[in-house]
Amino acid sequence: MQKSTVRRFGALAVGLALVAAACGSDSKTSTATTAPSGATTTAAGAGVKCSGIKLAFIGALSGDNGNLGKNMVNGAKLAIDQFNAKNPDCQVGFDTSFDSQGDPAQATPLADKIVNDKSIIGLIGPGFSGETKATMPKFEAANLPMITPGATNAKLSTNGWKMFHRILANDDKQAPGVVTLIQNTVKGTKVGVIDDASEYGKGLADAVRSGLGASAVATAQIDPKAADFSAAVQAMKSANVDTIFYGGYYAEAAKLVKQIRDAGLKATFVSGDGSLDKGFVDNAGASAEGAYLTATGAPADVNADFQAAFNKAYGTDPALYSPEAYDCASVFLAGIAAGKVTRADLATFVSAYDAPGITKQIKFDATGEPVGNAVYYTVVSGGKLVAKGLIK
Amino acid sequence: MSFHTLISQFWPSTINGIVLGSIYALIALGYTLVYGVLRLINFAHSEVFMLSAFGSFLALRVLNVPEHLPGGADPYKTGGELIFTMVVMLLFSLAIGGASAVALERIAYRPLRKRNSPRLVFLISAIGASFAMSEAVGEWGPKQREDYALPRVFQKKVLFTIRGNDIRNDQVLVVVGSLLMMLALVLFVNRSRVGRGIRAVAQDMDTARLMGVNVDMIILITFLVGGLMAGGAAFFFEIYNGSARYSLGFQLGVKAFTAAVLGGIGNIKGALLGGLLLGVIENWGASLFGSNQNMGTVTAFVVLVLVLMVRPNGLLGESMGRSRA
Repeated sequence: MQKSTVRRFGALAVGLALVAAACGSDSKTSTATTAPSGATTTAAGAGVKCSGIKLAFIGALSGDNGNLGKNMVNGAKLAIDQFNAKNPDCQVGFDTSFDSQGDPAQATPLADKIVNDKSIIGLIGPGFSGETKATMPKFEAANLPMITPGATNAKLSTNGWKMFHRILANDDKQAPGVVTLIQNTVKGTKVGVIDDASEYGKGLADAVRSGLGASAVATAQIDPKAADFSAAVQAMKSANVDTIFYGGYYAEAAKLVKQIRDAGLKATFVSGDGSLDKGFVDNAGASAEGAYLTATGAPADVNADFQAAFNKAYGTDPALYSPEAYDCASVFLAGIAAGKVTRADLATFVSAYDAPGITKQIKFDATGEPVGNAVYYTVVSGGKLVAKGLIK
Repeated sequence: MSFHTLISQFWPSTINGIVLGSIYALIALGYTLVYGVLRLINFAHSEVFMLSAFGSFLALRVLNVPEHLPGGADPYKTGGELIFTMVVMLLFSLAIGGASAVALERIAYRPLRKRNSPRLVFLISAIGASFAMSEAVGEWGPKQREDYALPRVFQKKVLFTIRGNDIRNDQVLVVVGSLLMMLALVLFVNRSRVGRGIRAVAQDMDTARLMGVNVDMIILITFLVGGLMAGGAAFFFEIYNGSARYSLGFQLGVKAFTAAVLGGIGNIKGALLGGLLLGVIENWGASLFGSNQNMGTVTAFVVLVLVLMVRPNGLLGESMGRSRA
């Protein structure tokens, strides 16, 4: 019963999407005839004409991890603003009204809104893995191409979703980086692994644990809604670990590392890209000193021109996922510049894309994963996040 | 299940459980007092706790304590300066706790009482007030929905060691401080004139009114006392944990309410027993399931259900009026 209902709705959604795509194609052919020059890059500019189309962002813009979503929006917005400045006859809108707070339950109704807004032809986001897992079937059914600048759960690309693309390496690629870092740089031999029971945190922690093998000697799980993590801290202390890896986000990472230091445990604290945020250092203060944070996301200074333009626009340096979001937007904008102004055309364009971005060469494989696997790391030193480059 | 972990971490788990449990117990008193007097579950009490926690932050802001010293070190204080700073923090938390609890009574409950509204309406009003308070902090607070970290003025140190388990100064402070506050409350309710009034209203509101007790005043004082307990709990929580956010009250509130029910809601000693038990069981449960905090919470609730099956009124049962506090 339930299943057939789902299937019927699914069929309906696909049907609607096909109609939408068909209608879209008509308008596209007319656009294409007026702008035959078909610029292939955002920079080419001048001849591009379009109207009534926009890109959208969905992700956490408020809530406990709102910083990350804001970083993404700022990066993407910069690319779109630059494009619009160069192309007076093709003003691409950017809808940032879909604030999911990173919560799959809140993201789901927003996904319906996005799918139903036919002027949205490309989606940047969702920002996190849980919400991506929850909403992706809707985007897939609506033929809406998306590129996520931050959802790194490895399983996301194994669902056969054609609309799914991610601009950065997934957790399965981050985890080997973390393991290399712990073994070669931190030189940890007794490692405790803690996760926050989230899609992202547990996924990363599990992969790190299996990568470490016998040197992962203790394990614990925290409840991110709680503030006291003494059970996990205790587990680490009694195993007398020299390194602790935490899979989760910065708000809890800050509290956790403080409680670890309070318990008198000197183990090196290592965490993933979810914790790579100024909020971690601000909230953890002296306890954060010496912590290692890895990221598949590029550091702020990955591209000097981008960093300067970002600083000019927002008065701050780019933060985690800003460069990736810039690249996500750039891929879509290149498609729009090439006259791909329907969801279906843009989807085809994105899948075949192969051009340099500011973070790396951007090219997606058949599952939507980026080709190549760069993992960066950062150390907290003197109360600041100091980017150290690629893990070797 | 890992009995090995439970056994090897038995004492540390118990110590952590007692510390957190003392805080649960102090918050639970707010639920129990109001329930005892009004038969009302004041769900907004968790937000009184949350606001009081921000009281400690406000105190440090007023005293111009920086978040970090230049170079990233913590702004630790010592001696008389430390005591002064902590007393100011405590007073701010108590003041905000008391004031917000009283305001809550005046705004969310008294108008309903004047209209003789059904009990369910009070509950809805409580839930609404709870949302309003936490959303107000989430929307209008300086850092909105992000975490706030308390500047660390109190340096945590190991005071002594029992069988290889470190006991820290902040842990001792939390437990001793909480017990003192509870003792003061028990004395107040049992020995003072106002306390007699509270017990009278808890026993039979109408008769108490006929005997000349100013019921509205007693109810207000009950909220005030509950708010002060939440204020104290918030201060101790901040010394122990040092974090706050708009949603801080929710989970601690649910735990404290559970503690109150476990011990016997309406019963002051029950709140103490329930709080300590809940804290300890939670930590044991987490250890039993491989240091999994989520399973710790599950364990605590399973125990609660089992207890309520055998003793539907909680461990110590009865309400404040009948059990002479």
